[in-house]
Amino acid sequence: MSGSLQMIATLLLTTMLAWPLGRVMIGVYEGSPPAWLRWLRPLEHALYRLARIDPAQEMTWRQYASAFLGSSTVGILLLYAFQRCQTLLPWNPAELSAVSPWLAFNAAVSFVSNTNWQSYGGEYTMSHWVQAVGLGVQNFLSAGAGLAILVALTRGFARTRSQSIGNFWSDWTRSVIYLLLPLSLFLSVALVSQGVVQTFEARVTATMVDPAGAEGEGQILAVGPVASQVAIKQLGTNGGGYFNTNSAHPFENPTPLSNLFELISILLLPLATCFYFGQVVRDRRQGVAIAIAMFLLLLPPLWWGYQAEQAGTPGMAAAGADLSARAGSSGGNMEGKETRFGIAQSVLWSVATTAASNGSVNSMHDSYTPLGGLAPLWMMQLGEVSFGGVGSGLYGMLVFVIVTVFAAGLMVGRTPEYLGKKIDPFEMKMASIVLLIPSLAALVGTAIACANQAARASIPNPGPHGFSELLYAFTSAANNNGSAFAGLNANTDFLNGALGVCMLVGRFWVAVPILALAGALARKPVVPAGSGTLPTHVPLFVLFLCAVVVIVGALTYLPALALGPIVEHLAL
Amino acid sequence: MLATLRTSCMLILAFTLLCGGAYPALITAIAQVAFSHQANGSLLRQEGQVIGSRLIGQPFHSPGYFWGRPSATGTPYDGAASSGSNLGPTNPSLRVRIAARVAELRASDPESREPIPVDLVTTSGSGLDPHISPAAARWQAPRVARERGLELAALNALIAQHTEGRTFALFGEERVNVLTLNLALDGKGDDCAGR
Repeated sequence: MSGSLQMIATLLLTTMLAWPLGRVMIGVYEGSPPAWLRWLRPLEHALYRLARIDPAQEMTWRQYASAFLGSSTVGILLLYAFQRCQTLLPWNPAELSAVSPWLAFNAAVSFVSNTNWQSYGGEYTMSHWVQAVGLGVQNFLSAGAGLAILVALTRGFARTRSQSIGNFWSDWTRSVIYLLLPLSLFLSVALVSQGVVQTFEARVTATMVDPAGAEGEGQILAVGPVASQVAIKQLGTNGGGYFNTNSAHPFENPTPLSNLFELISILLLPLATCFYFGQVVRDRRQGVAIAIAMFLLLLPPLWWGYQAEQAGTPGMAAAGADLSARAGSSGGNMEGKETRFGIAQSVLWSVATTAASNGSVNSMHDSYTPLGGLAPLWMMQLGEVSFGGVGSGLYGMLVFVIVTVFAAGLMVGRTPEYLGKKIDPFEMKMASIVLLIPSLAALVGTAIACANQAARASIPNPGPHGFSELLYAFTSAANNNGSAFAGLNANTDFLNGALGVCMLVGRFWVAVPILALAGALARKPVVPAGSGTLPTHVPLFVLFLCAVVVIVGALTYLPALALGPIVEHLAL
Repeated sequence: MLATLRTSCMLILAFTLLCGGAYPALITAIAQVAFSHQANGSLLRQEGQVIGSRLIGQPFHSPGYFWGRPSATGTPYDGAASSGSNLGPTNPSLRVRIAARVAELRASDPESREPIPVDLVTTSGSGLDPHISPAAARWQAPRVARERGLELAALNALIAQHTEGRTFALFGEERVNVLTLNLALDGKGDDCAGR
């Protein structure tokens, strides 16, 4: 009961904060930010002058896409170079050696594609320079680019007979300066107050209290500029932590309050984009309807995941552990979970982080019960549209909306339309690409990995769980989530390369068709609503939309799921 | 195309200075001034020497101390390389490891008939969990009382005193910090506040 209350309170708080944030976004992208953000304007203009950008210059979708692709390419190359040369660069107090080529490729793609899949442990692989100046910067930029693309698609719906969809450079800059930076500043300081470390030191050595427990010279504690990175990795749906165990590490997430801040940050911007969208298309109900659909998709996995984790497994009980929840003990499956979070906060995080394409973790998903682990896997397989990434979640969901109005149109024999825009074959082609490509990458990637001796050697757990680990990895990469069944040793040439390719496909082969869609929609006139128009803000449509998302996900992934978590559950 | 790349380079360079330089520097400055204890790792000191962090667990093996949760890091509670066990729910190794831990705990207190709370026999996500559940602390109280020649009731009172409740009576779980509880047992609780 108290577990459900914790979840409901967290989701309510998030919604209360996302609503005003959605309003702020409108001013930001129209170039007139609210008064309390105007002090940042000189910074914005300085950036424009430096890069010789005219923010008023409109772009066609092709120009917009090439700016997005060009900046992403530069980002990947720069990040790759930083990692390969970290011994030559300053600020490497732990004297870590250069990152290997395939790992550097994987990490570079991972952070630029807003995935933040990590096949390395941060505290013993990446220098302070790489973490703060390389990876930390891409946390801002990849999230900003996702927001920019969403803003362009929103303009596609809002504009009529227009050749252009805005200016990528200014949308990108404004996302970072007015949204991500101020929110991160606020969150970092709040996190430090709770005990998240923020220092330029790298190691602290402590003599230990119990001499019987001490081995060697004492306990070495890895520290660093953690809070600043954790703030943006939560807000930007990035998820790449400073430490190997991400937000399970007490220095990344020390208290239930820091956990609440970080949880809210996961869902905050993706939810705010819904409210932003509704206001820009001059019908708030449209945004609210989409937000409700996102919540409806989130709740069932949350419920069954919580039940499964609270129940634990018969094997643990047989080994002598008391799994019952009682006064002073959370009970349940505590393997891989922290005492301060217990079952409820761990499960809520696991579902929220995979609903949004965040991918940070505060417990180890690999040790979840089969059905508990199915919940985050399933959330990713829905295509990261229930909240999803900042920007990318809503643009993915809008594609599902297009497919839904198309399916509804077929049923009644009318030309489908959404917000007065006719959905023609070109739009349907783009929508189909967006839906099919990530699933194709995930499933084909899993299949190839299963047939590959080297990849199979990376699997630590026997039986169907081992298959789940590979399926989880490729699902996570292709949907740009970044969480993992972390027992898998993904730091091999094959997996670094294959997962890197999946992340590239999942990001760019989706974003470019979305921009094409935005361009095509912007050119169309608005058809006035008639008596035969399908209303897209009513409960019936919301349920139909959820059904389409679930059916597409289930048709694609059920056979694979049957071989992994489902058969594992039956074998408990 | 060249113009796009030039703009990309300039903008990314500027963002690198802003988000990779100014932003972490500003946060570090604020953190070190306003929350220097937390920002440096919530360290506990004794006679000037760092003896640990309030937030990071330490291995305890002596029977006169409360024990924390098993740790899956290379050497237990390795603060330089956090790690979970990542053992799957059907992995036989998980069951074997839990059973071995149960046997160890039973051997430490053969008279106890109380069920062993799950957190005391499972590894945490980080391998550095500083806490155990209050039930797990109470389970160990008879052993520690016997070893130290203390009254069980007094020890349970000490546990209650070191139990942190839920935030706003709602978020998170009740927990006991093993390190600070053990320091209190050694009578070193007060001068170790570290602030």
